[in-house]
Amino acid sequence: MASSSSYNSPCAACKFLRRKCLPGCIFSPYFPPEEPQKFINVHKIFGASNVTKLLNELSPHQREDAVNSLAYEAEARVRDPVYGCVGAISFLQRQVERLQKELDAANADLIRYACNDFTPTPPLPVPNMALRQRPVEFSRRLSMGHHHDGGSGGGFNQTPSFPIPYTLPNWNDHQNPSGDHIHGGGGGSI
Amino acid sequence: MTCTRCAACKQLRRRCPSNCIFLPYFPPNNPQRFSYVHRIYGASNVGKMLQQVEEHQRADVADSLYYEAYCRIKDPVYGCVGIITVLHEEIYHAQCQLAKVQAEIDLLKAQAPVQGELLGLQVNEFLANQNGAYCSTQSSFDPSFY
Repeated sequence: MASSSSYNSPCAACKFLRRKCLPGCIFSPYFPPEEPQKFINVHKIFGASNVTKLLNELSPHQREDAVNSLAYEAEARVRDPVYGCVGAISFLQRQVERLQKELDAANADLIRYACNDFTPTPPLPVPNMALRQRPVEFSRRLSMGHHHDGGSGGGFNQTPSFPIPYTLPNWNDHQNPSGDHIHGGGGGSI
Repeated sequence: MTCTRCAACKQLRRRCPSNCIFLPYFPPNNPQRFSYVHRIYGASNVGKMLQQVEEHQRADVADSLYYEAYCRIKDPVYGCVGIITVLHEEIYHAQCQLAKVQAEIDLLKAQAPVQGELLGLQVNEFLANQNGAYCSTQSSFDPSFY
């Protein structure tokens, strides 16, 4: 049986750019012709030459993850032209903060119950840092690598190790990077 | 033309018109900001992205583009998607931990009335034994014992 027709057909990038897809095309492993939208988004946001430069600076084994993360960012930017991925980061950070507060309150309740004080207490913010030493240590995980199937596939085994250069916008919880949303006036400014 | 060119026009070595779209968001005193954005997106793409939104949104667009460009330069493989991945994992672990703590609380809550009841039964049993033993050996009742 003949191999897949994609063997001879140009990659999505060369199809979009209307050029011949040469054997060493840097895009062809990562932009198959069956996924035209992936390259369309990446091209719209980053541009083909910028993507080429980015990929040329990386080792071949890193390029697939780089392309997938670029595609993810491009799609997020297409869906949310104002905040892109940053809106999602803002939303997730607020979720983390909310969960940490809930965990602090639950740990406080647990200690009270363990000390035989069975009176339930209303959820109060507990500033006691000792409670944070109980199970969840977010900072430790930043130094560990994890495999996670996020975004548009591929394994993103990486943890950031740099500070955020500006205050993230106050992105409302009902804003969804993958759906309709309201562009609220964020406070992001340097 | 403005006397002082914005960072974009300076780097692109061109005149900076008074209505330059980059001028409000890429001031000349912060050349790195435009440099990063230009390196990742290209000036014309940035200009298009600024133009396609309303004016009051452009500052946020410029800020978020700078943030993403900064992340991409520092982490060329994952950019800010790496941060999203870590946040998802933090949320997952926090939810698991919260569920564990809630389960422990529920267990303690469930045990608390049982322990109290058992303690009560033991006390009653002890008192009953004491009463019986006392009656079999002595004829008088000493209330001060209790």
